[in-house]
Amino acid sequence: MKPVHWRLVPFFAFIVLIVLFCRGLALDPRHLPSVQLGKPIPDFTLPGLMNASFSSTALKGKISLLNVWASWCMACADEQVVLMQLADKGISIYGLNYKDNTQNAMQWLQEWGNPYQQIGEDNEGKIAMNLGVYGAPETFLIDQNGIIRYRHVGPLTMGIWEKEFEPLIHAMEHTG
Amino acid sequence: MNLKVSKSFIICLFILLLPFQWVHATRVIYSFSTLKQEAQFNHLMKELRCLVCQNQDLADSNASLARDLRAQVYTMVRDGNSDHEIMQYLTSRYGDFILFKPPLKSTTSLLWLSPLIFLGIGLGIFWRKFRGS
Repeated sequence: MKPVHWRLVPFFAFIVLIVLFCRGLALDPRHLPSVQLGKPIPDFTLPGLMNASFSSTALKGKISLLNVWASWCMACADEQVVLMQLADKGISIYGLNYKDNTQNAMQWLQEWGNPYQQIGEDNEGKIAMNLGVYGAPETFLIDQNGIIRYRHVGPLTMGIWEKEFEPLIHAMEHTG
Repeated sequence: MNLKVSKSFIICLFILLLPFQWVHATRVIYSFSTLKQEAQFNHLMKELRCLVCQNQDLADSNASLARDLRAQVYTMVRDGNSDHEIMQYLTSRYGDFILFKPPLKSTTSLLWLSPLIFLGIGLGIFWRKFRGS
């Protein structure tokens, strides 16, 4: 085999760098993957918006979504349509009302719909901090054992649901 | 007349300065019992990134998350936690990206060492050329 001429080394190094830069520039640093993927959801008990309380034990035993939302969050209204559709399909969705107040939250649900099985009020954002939440909206996919399997930052769309969530859910249903 | 001009000037000045009467500080002032704790807190504020406004540190950012994280770091410093413990707490929740200096791990070794590697390659090529190969 003819040895590669050493003068071509910088050229190949350049090509490698270009590939890395293109890859890196395509990533959005605002949408960081959660470092808690594969870890159990942190235990919590919060005052409930619909019931007296909402605890993390409710999230075990089935595949569910935990959606971080607030009445002051404009983008949450966008994704509410998607969440309502998913709830109709039978997906269990739980809400984490982030840094909000009860009255505004109840009013918002009246206006935009309520797809949630239960909602916890995280007025100070302490539970959200344990989950590594940056802001609203965010949606966590949790499996039957209470393990966080995926975290989506930003409003949930049907496109993202089909591309990221559904494959994981199918895999979980077959192994869990 | 001079008197008339200065009177309207004062009225204008008063109207312009009116909004400033309602300005109040929105930043929480954190106080510490020891200078050491205060130094630790200030140091950490410069080392930690605001994840919402990602080029700002926690000392500068006005984002809601930054306020929460400042409060959290304050509580931990006041309770006597070390830098390592506080950083560990934050990175286990938010990842290494919250630190401005990525820690040296197997995944970041290429990031830290690549300048040296490139220098080595450059010197190697330089060496070969001037030795006449």
